[in-house]
Amino acid sequence: MEIILEIIMIPAVLATIKILVIILMFAMPLGTVLTLMERKWSAMIQDRVGPNRANIGKFTGHGALHLAADGLKSIFKEDTMPKGADGFLYLIAPFFGLIAGVATFAIIPLAGPIGDFTFQVTDIEPGLLFIFAITSLSVYGAVLAGSSSNSKFALLGGTRAAAQMISYEVFMGLALMGIFMVYGTTRVSGIVDGQNEYWFGNLIPMWGVFTQPLGFLLFFTALVAETKRAPFDAPEGESEIVAGYFLEYSGMRWSAFMLAEYVALVGVASLITTLFFGGYHIPWLHLWESAPQWLVTIMQVIKFSIFTLFFCWFQIQLRWTVPKFRFDQTMSLGWKKLLPLSLVNVIVTAFVILAFA
Amino acid sequence: MFIGGSMKLKVKKVQRIDGVRESFYFPAIFSGLRLTVKHFWRNLFGSKDVVTINYPEEKRHVSERWRGRHRLTRRDDGFLSCVACYMCETICPSKCIHIESGEHPDLSVEKYPVVFNIDELRCVFCGLCVEACPKDAIRMDTGIISMAYTSRETFDFTRDLLRDNYDPKAHANPKYGDYDLPSPSSQEEALPNSQGVPAT
Repeated sequence: MEIILEIIMIPAVLATIKILVIILMFAMPLGTVLTLMERKWSAMIQDRVGPNRANIGKFTGHGALHLAADGLKSIFKEDTMPKGADGFLYLIAPFFGLIAGVATFAIIPLAGPIGDFTFQVTDIEPGLLFIFAITSLSVYGAVLAGSSSNSKFALLGGTRAAAQMISYEVFMGLALMGIFMVYGTTRVSGIVDGQNEYWFGNLIPMWGVFTQPLGFLLFFTALVAETKRAPFDAPEGESEIVAGYFLEYSGMRWSAFMLAEYVALVGVASLITTLFFGGYHIPWLHLWESAPQWLVTIMQVIKFSIFTLFFCWFQIQLRWTVPKFRFDQTMSLGWKKLLPLSLVNVIVTAFVILAFA
Repeated sequence: MFIGGSMKLKVKKVQRIDGVRESFYFPAIFSGLRLTVKHFWRNLFGSKDVVTINYPEEKRHVSERWRGRHRLTRRDDGFLSCVACYMCETICPSKCIHIESGEHPDLSVEKYPVVFNIDELRCVFCGLCVEACPKDAIRMDTGIISMAYTSRETFDFTRDLLRDNYDPKAHANPKYGDYDLPSPSSQEEALPNSQGVPAT
């Protein structure tokens, strides 16, 4: 028993266990369920019923079995490759996006630390810079898929994805600059703990959304553009270029693209929660001084999950509300409006910090 | 392409809303979100606005004038109204009706259809047979608007299958022949049997 505990406490083993738990029990299941939830919720938004046909005998589970049906279908579907495609790149491209989406969870804390044990895979010093590096990697998925498919539409989609994601990365970093300045660190645990402070005694928690409201809007917009979802889904552009960069894919590889999209969606939601809504910290909980540690940890996980779920829902709601931007609109919004705005945000934040600190 | 100088191009001016409010999209997005969120919450608790009809389980009202599958009407005594006059077979544009007439033992009934087949796969549901019938013996008011069966033979509706609202799917063996009429030797013996076609 003690030997097992010792093995578990080896940092590498512990990190692996955390990776498995966070990804296999939080990110992936939530992303998978969201593929169904998006269909159900969009149906509710549009006054429809949504998927409810897949059944085992009489049991349909309000459409829950569609998940199993979809999975089975993708596994047994033929994995096609177009003539003239660049074989190796074509085969590995779908997993770039998936890996990038999953890697986001490496630095996200699900609950506060208990002693030395943290509910976070790794709390590295660069913190969010790591996120920027990883999200830049996810553009490879789209570009490689587009260029290796030997299809004009896919190539167009890949080019659009590259242009869009690189442009929005520019001010995604700038929008977060304000957060770095306010909390004085890029380390995620530092930012989360910084949001546990209060203004005016115990009145308002110093959440990122209150200290950086403009930064929140900009960062959220940039992240939605990064995930290539509506209203920034010009790379997919189903009305113009069929399905964009993953046009030629089928079966499980196509599912990998879909799953990557939804894992990225969960990643965006948890990033927003961590950076702008206090992470796992429950506001005003410190007033209850005799709270047992285990209860606090459970409540923190629940609070984090609720906020993450809310932002998953909000992104889906946004997708079914806003029509698609034309590609030139996407670019001019990014470069001409949001980039100057984020620069203004950085300068104003700097002056405010100078004036009050 | 060059167009002659005298020709004036028609240009439609589109009224566009410009300005800061529009160019940052946020006000428009929020007013849109207000609408969709309202629908979402209303439908999450009780599906108040859902207009979908879950078709095979729920069926919408079918108008009485809808031309559905045919049926052969009966007289008061239960015997077929059809007198095998071939009007419907003659007018049918898709030639889907096949009638063979026979002499009925009851002398008050001059002719009756020994065979009355309708191939519902050929039928175009124009309703001309109903209009042509002098005896109001064929109608299309069954309200059966979709016939989806797994074999072609199921669509060959014979005389007795054209009973009111007969559904082949509800029977284990959907194909069964027309009943034979009793063949009495005299008019007196025939009279009580004038309900020749069983009404089951």
